[in-house]
Amino acid sequence: MKANYGYMDGSGEFYITIDTDLCIECADHGCVKACPAGMFEIIVDDYDDEVAAIKEDHRKKIKYDCGPCKPVNDRPTLPCVAGCTLGALTHSW
Amino acid sequence: MTEKTKEFWRWKEYNWHDEAKDPKDVETISAGVDVGSVSSQAVILLDGELYAYSNMRTGSDSPNSAINAMNWAMENTGLTMDDLHYTVGTGYGRVNVPFSDRAITEIACHARGGNTMYGPTVRTILDMGGQDCKVILCDERGKVKNFLMNDKCAAGTGRGMEVFADLLAVSIEEVGELSLDVEEEPPPVSSTCVVFAKSEASSLLRDGWSKKRVLAAYCSAMAHRVVSLLERVGVEKDFAITGGIAKNSGVVVRLERELKLTSLKSKYDTQIAGALGAALFAKALVEKQRKKVAQ
Repeated sequence: MKANYGYMDGSGEFYITIDTDLCIECADHGCVKACPAGMFEIIVDDYDDEVAAIKEDHRKKIKYDCGPCKPVNDRPTLPCVAGCTLGALTHSW
Repeated sequence: MTEKTKEFWRWKEYNWHDEAKDPKDVETISAGVDVGSVSSQAVILLDGELYAYSNMRTGSDSPNSAINAMNWAMENTGLTMDDLHYTVGTGYGRVNVPFSDRAITEIACHARGGNTMYGPTVRTILDMGGQDCKVILCDERGKVKNFLMNDKCAAGTGRGMEVFADLLAVSIEEVGELSLDVEEEPPPVSSTCVVFAKSEASSLLRDGWSKKRVLAAYCSAMAHRVVSLLERVGVEKDFAITGGIAKNSGVVVRLERELKLTSLKSKYDTQIAGALGAALFAKALVEKQRKKVAQ
């Protein structure tokens, strides 16, 4: 399943997409360790699989929580994206 | 209630049960409760078939809203809470349903409920709820493949429509039909924010626009707003709409026009999709539990 966490408002679209079918295979949960803002958690989803998710209290402010990892110039690979060895994570902005 | 104090946003609450069915003759009674931000629904299934449901406004207290919705669904059925073999809570208040055996997200429940309501060919479900809007892509079994939700902004939600019904003093149930009764489609009002849209509508009324024309402009803005959400995920055929806004022909017709697609129609009430899905999950879970015990 592709889970899109985030929102769309007057200023744009801000979604982090997690391909949870890939999460099922994951053993090291690199995204949880890599995110400096501690936005990721491992949950048991509705189909009883262990998958990554964005914590509830970050979902409506990801534009701001992700801000420090997204400088305007010389943007490095995002820590969460680099930490996810299975390539399950993408950002929409 | 006088015209001055009438609450135009207040939609009709109701309950229903199938008098032809007898709950004493069944193996499994499963139930689902969807406690949404604006409305709460309870659904009772007898061996997986729809038996009873209720649909009412969510009060300020989620546990009580869940209890009231379930009690109303059971009205005149002879059932009590003790007769329910398994109950699943869903929706915004799902963790506050005191009598539920498990909580499941409304995304999974809408996919499963939509699959039953519209049939296994449905692949895209748009749930236009009270305070959020969800696009769910699912497979032929009603399992979620992709979802996108917008719950940060009231634009494109039922609450936004209620605000407009109140502003224009038009009953919420008449908004859709009235909005279609215009000779020419007006340009949409602001689609990014309900507060801005409301100010814009007040200006349009002052400029001499009729209520119908303003409603048309708002329904058009709402449809446009939702289309951009749908396009982010990609619409796969067949397409269906659930939630309260599915009953607003003004939004549905404009949405279909923008998407160049016709949405599936169902004999079920579109507002019970989440609770129906929850009740179907409840049936599957109680059967799984029984199998485990038997082994």
